[in-house]
Amino acid sequence: MENPYLPYPVRIDDIQIATEDKSLKTFKFVFLNEEDEENFSYNAGQFAEVSIPGKGEIPIGIASSPVEKGFVMFTVFRAGAVTSHLHNMKVGDVMGIRGPLGNWYPWEMLEGKNILIVGGGFAFTTLRSSIIYMLDPANRSKFGNIDVVYGARTPGMLLYKDELVEWEKRDDINMHLTIDSPAEGWDYNVGFTPPVTELKAPKGDADTFAIVCGPPIMIKFTLPVLEKLGYSHDHIIMSLENRMKCGIGMCGRCNIGKELVCKDGPVFTLAELNKTPKEY
Amino acid sequence: MKVIKIDKKDWAGGLERSRNTYKLIGPVKEKDKDISSFKPLGKDMLPDLDVMATSVSPKSIVFPQEEVMLTYTTDESKEDCNLFKSHDKDYSPRAVIGIRPFDAAAFLLVKKNFDTPDYRDPYWCDAYEACTFIGLAINNPDSLDFSPSTKTGPFDTSGLDVLLVETEDSYLAQVVTEKGEAYLNAAGWENEAGNGVDKQIGDMKKAAETKITSSISYDKIKSKEILDLYNADFWDQASFACINCGTCTYVCPTCWCFDIQDETRGKKGIRTKAWDSCMFPLFTIHTTGHNPRGTKLQRVRQRFMHKLKYFMDKYDDGIMCVGCGRCIRSCPVNIDIRSICETMNNYEPAK
Repeated sequence: MENPYLPYPVRIDDIQIATEDKSLKTFKFVFLNEEDEENFSYNAGQFAEVSIPGKGEIPIGIASSPVEKGFVMFTVFRAGAVTSHLHNMKVGDVMGIRGPLGNWYPWEMLEGKNILIVGGGFAFTTLRSSIIYMLDPANRSKFGNIDVVYGARTPGMLLYKDELVEWEKRDDINMHLTIDSPAEGWDYNVGFTPPVTELKAPKGDADTFAIVCGPPIMIKFTLPVLEKLGYSHDHIIMSLENRMKCGIGMCGRCNIGKELVCKDGPVFTLAELNKTPKEY
Repeated sequence: MKVIKIDKKDWAGGLERSRNTYKLIGPVKEKDKDISSFKPLGKDMLPDLDVMATSVSPKSIVFPQEEVMLTYTTDESKEDCNLFKSHDKDYSPRAVIGIRPFDAAAFLLVKKNFDTPDYRDPYWCDAYEACTFIGLAINNPDSLDFSPSTKTGPFDTSGLDVLLVETEDSYLAQVVTEKGEAYLNAAGWENEAGNGVDKQIGDMKKAAETKITSSISYDKIKSKEILDLYNADFWDQASFACINCGTCTYVCPTCWCFDIQDETRGKKGIRTKAWDSCMFPLFTIHTTGHNPRGTKLQRVRQRFMHKLKYFMDKYDDGIMCVGCGRCIRSCPVNIDIRSICETMNNYEPAK
């Protein structure tokens, strides 16, 4: 069996500044060995350990989508030692990726359902992966209506702007973009994500699921809104973050009760989270 | 069960013969100190078999306090610059002489963490599989031994390949596995004990178990809700004295939490796995500064909930404790897992 601690070697193929404050960058990696790409086959919602020799590893959600081939993409916020180092690396540099890790949004169960996606700030990475996956011609017919509420402080802080604009033009996905306060040239919603969700999101029912990913404050105010809209707790799907090292359920730090966020998660329904200690 | 009688006069000789096939590891007392641990037995070294429970558990035999997992170089003139490589290790056969039954049983609990259907930790598993466990029954348990109530006990063979039972002039070696038999052959110990040996061992086992007065009850924990126990009012009291030194987790044979760190010297580097502890705030702190277990109460609760409730719910196989008593003996503020377990077991949430 493979050594689960040994990262696949990758080369940085592209780096894009993702937000106007330059605190986020999007990295595209290609595998040095072709067969590793196949071994790395993943589902939307999973994460990986981004691994830099001498600096360490960090768990980051995979922003590329299973239907995009030839690379894997991560959008990374500059926060600690590893991410600060990564932000200073160059195209062509070699490092490692270990994964894919964790569970994913329950795509099989979601087939035939309407999907509401609620995202805030830079927690939009695995949501992007999910949208690209659902919009893929091979997959779009598997899902009902798709609604996306995505908010950021300013237009310049929205991730993947080109794609957002493209999705706005499509008729098979309902986009509800919002920023905190009015800005010149902004033709979409204004206001925080929770109230915009209340106004624009479809009502909850047995065939509609919400996937929510964002900063704690957004989650806190969005959950009551979803309840009000009629979403039951087992129809609200969330993705957690915790400090991690191994990513394979062994090192013991990311648990919430008996569940390990790295291996049993990061994706849980609100109904599942209701039964666990709030240690995240 | 096959029992070989080893004359004490041939003890050192047999160990020596077995060195042709095995590296030997055993309990060693520090000179002039009241500290003991399992160490490789160098030439002419014999295991200190009168040590009851070593100060730190023998978990380091398969889970060293720090071990190299991967290596790398950051030298750009090298072709393999920034590529991680597996670190080759010696997993040749080794025999662990004189391990106590509860310590060997602890490996079976920890194995559930490192050898799973999804992932296999090669460092832990390879080292574990390289070991042959030649255990030593406990004839005179100490006052802190509560191993029988954790599904092991002074003569438990569950984690062993051979169980040695010490009599006045011999060791009766009960063969538990083929691995164990192979070791006895390598040591050249072949004389089968005569009739009546099973009864003799049985009587000694009973005598040892009768001497144990300490116990732990967890029969009612399974039916309680995690959140009821988690939100119980006794954690404040239970954690009050704790100074978060982490000693309990370091001496424990079943604590398995670890950290991963890179260390670079010049341009050569290693990625290591090292013991960590749920008692330390840094264990769980996020880069943002947010800490899900930022208070002492939360960390003490985590340790006991993990051992006595989460483990039980996850694996449905008892608690993550073998009753060795080390954490009780080593705790500087006298926190006692037995009384906390009892409090949990008897806890009834307010309706």
